[in-house]
Amino acid sequence: MGFTGTKNYIASKELQLAVNAAITLEKPLLIKGEPGTGKTMLAEELSASLGADLLQWHIKSTTKAQQGLYEYDAVSRLRDSQLGDARVHNIGNYIVKGKLWQAFTAEKRPVLLIDEIDKADIEFPNDLLLELDKMEFFVYETQERIVAKQRPIVIITSNNEKELPDAFLRRCFFHYIQFPEREEMTQILDVHFPNIKKDLLEKALTSFFQIRDVGGIKKKPSTSELIDWLKLLVADDIPASVLQDNDAKNALPPLYGALLKNEQDIHLFEKLMFMARR
Amino acid sequence: MLIEFFFKLREYRLKTSITEWLDLVNALDHDVVHADIEGFYFLARTVLVKDENQYDKFDKAFADYFKGVQSINLFDKEIPEDWLRSEMEKFLSDEEKKKIEALGGLDKLMETLQERLKEQEKRHQGGSKWIGTGGTSPFGANGHNPEGVRIGQDKNRNFSAVKVWDKRQFKNLSSDVEIGTRNIKVALRRLRKFARTGASEELDIKDTISSTARNAGYLDLKMAPERHNAIKLLLFFDVGGSMDAHIKRCEELFSAVHTEFKHIEFFYFHNCIYEGVWKDNQRRGQQTMDVYQIIHKYGTDYKAIFVGDATMGPYEITYPGGSVEHWNEETGAVWMERLLNHFEHAVWLNPQPKPYWHYHASLQIMQELMKNRMYPLTVDGLTESIKTLLKKA
Repeated sequence: MGFTGTKNYIASKELQLAVNAAITLEKPLLIKGEPGTGKTMLAEELSASLGADLLQWHIKSTTKAQQGLYEYDAVSRLRDSQLGDARVHNIGNYIVKGKLWQAFTAEKRPVLLIDEIDKADIEFPNDLLLELDKMEFFVYETQERIVAKQRPIVIITSNNEKELPDAFLRRCFFHYIQFPEREEMTQILDVHFPNIKKDLLEKALTSFFQIRDVGGIKKKPSTSELIDWLKLLVADDIPASVLQDNDAKNALPPLYGALLKNEQDIHLFEKLMFMARR
Repeated sequence: MLIEFFFKLREYRLKTSITEWLDLVNALDHDVVHADIEGFYFLARTVLVKDENQYDKFDKAFADYFKGVQSINLFDKEIPEDWLRSEMEKFLSDEEKKKIEALGGLDKLMETLQERLKEQEKRHQGGSKWIGTGGTSPFGANGHNPEGVRIGQDKNRNFSAVKVWDKRQFKNLSSDVEIGTRNIKVALRRLRKFARTGASEELDIKDTISSTARNAGYLDLKMAPERHNAIKLLLFFDVGGSMDAHIKRCEELFSAVHTEFKHIEFFYFHNCIYEGVWKDNQRRGQQTMDVYQIIHKYGTDYKAIFVGDATMGPYEITYPGGSVEHWNEETGAVWMERLLNHFEHAVWLNPQPKPYWHYHASLQIMQELMKNRMYPLTVDGLTESIKTLLKKA
């Protein structure tokens, strides 16, 4: 019983506990962490492991809380009224269900992912307080109350771009995904590259953590970037010896573009490598 | 028992509420974790702490509270020794038992342990661990000494759990540390707060259209508060000299405010403000800007932020001609007063750590000129200064 990670996703003990607590107590779980530590993937893998449907609500800067509940398509109603369509008399025909509504009325307890909640307006989380707490809302146009059949498992991710209001946080459980240690990283890579050559993996991990340890890098490479990089290394069939070759003329690791995404970072890294070699 | 824990958290200034508390009790009631202190730690953290900036405080509070619980003396007279011994023997292999015999038998070992425990308790008052971890002593949680007495952690993992919060790996996320690459985002969020004040009425076209549609085509005008950035800022950066050490943090602050505010102007000065400041640090010799001109150009609704370490010779502020770069007719103090009289909302952000402030006479003088509105350039200091800036003069 409970979530223990999947064959594609290694979840730390803390994360498993947080997820299971949220499932048991039917509270939304807020997940934060460095970009690329698998926040969004958690919801996908969780739904897969529970065999539940996944409803994804991706938040943008223009997303309004109301859109998650329902939208009243006033414009098509206006058009229909001009055309004398009979549908126009029933306002219910113009109510478009949002993700929350879908989640509330699902037959089986679904997983609802509210992705990157911090992208939205600063008031956005406050507008969802009651809906997430009581798992119900009121449709004014049709005067009906939508109550969740069963409380969906809600996973909310945030990249820390905006501070979330306290009242909202009180209603959630919270987990901060830490960047994995070397051992955990090896496990993660085992899952993604079961057939990778052992020495290549070793060397790649070493250079990866070396890059992460370089002070002053603006965007540190993350797990997903490491995975991409390894994919490239494997695809190009680059031998492990190239990675090891510290005093090669070429200071940067091969295909570094997958790891360092900022020209200043690349420049800085080049400089440091140059200094290290002297 | 958990009530005490709750108040311990409050004591450590964690913003834990009663509802969250009830959630935790509820979770325990549902057996989410059972008799597992490490699990309890993670669960409590998940339920009670909602910001990774607070993790460190939580770790400290947790260690403080559970230090009390864990140092309940297992080897007190109340625990029957026979029971303890039989429990111990379950863990020991025959070989190990033989080695214990070699050390003078279990009794002897236990005695020594008890003594050492007492000793250690005395020496380590306030420490969070009982007995050293690792090492060659036979008494230790992680020691691999075959003669070692492992104090039952195989069952409840007390010791390895202690390490989780004793590591305090979230220390660098704590918000009273100086602004760093990581914390700059946090600072930015604080600054956003004051970008949201100020409002006016404007026509909400979108809402008007949809209301009109709703209204069966009859025009229904809707007004909405305008969400523009009403804050106007002037930033004065100290450059060169002793500020070189703080240049990175200032850069970060610079880039943070730069993206955040529309009405913002930057000026540079050196050590103290005199009659001229400059806009471009590369051409500071040729292109100075008269401070009077700034006062005339920017209205009193502008808020002024000075960024500098304010460490210089006191005469650089208080004497005419005190400037290290040129001859100033009037003292720096006079020019500061002029600016502060015009810009009522002003703060000084100092990248020097606050404990060092009282070592510098010039810093004290500046603090007086600023009427105590000098704050350290940390996330907390920034929050404080924002509050001050928003206060009505």
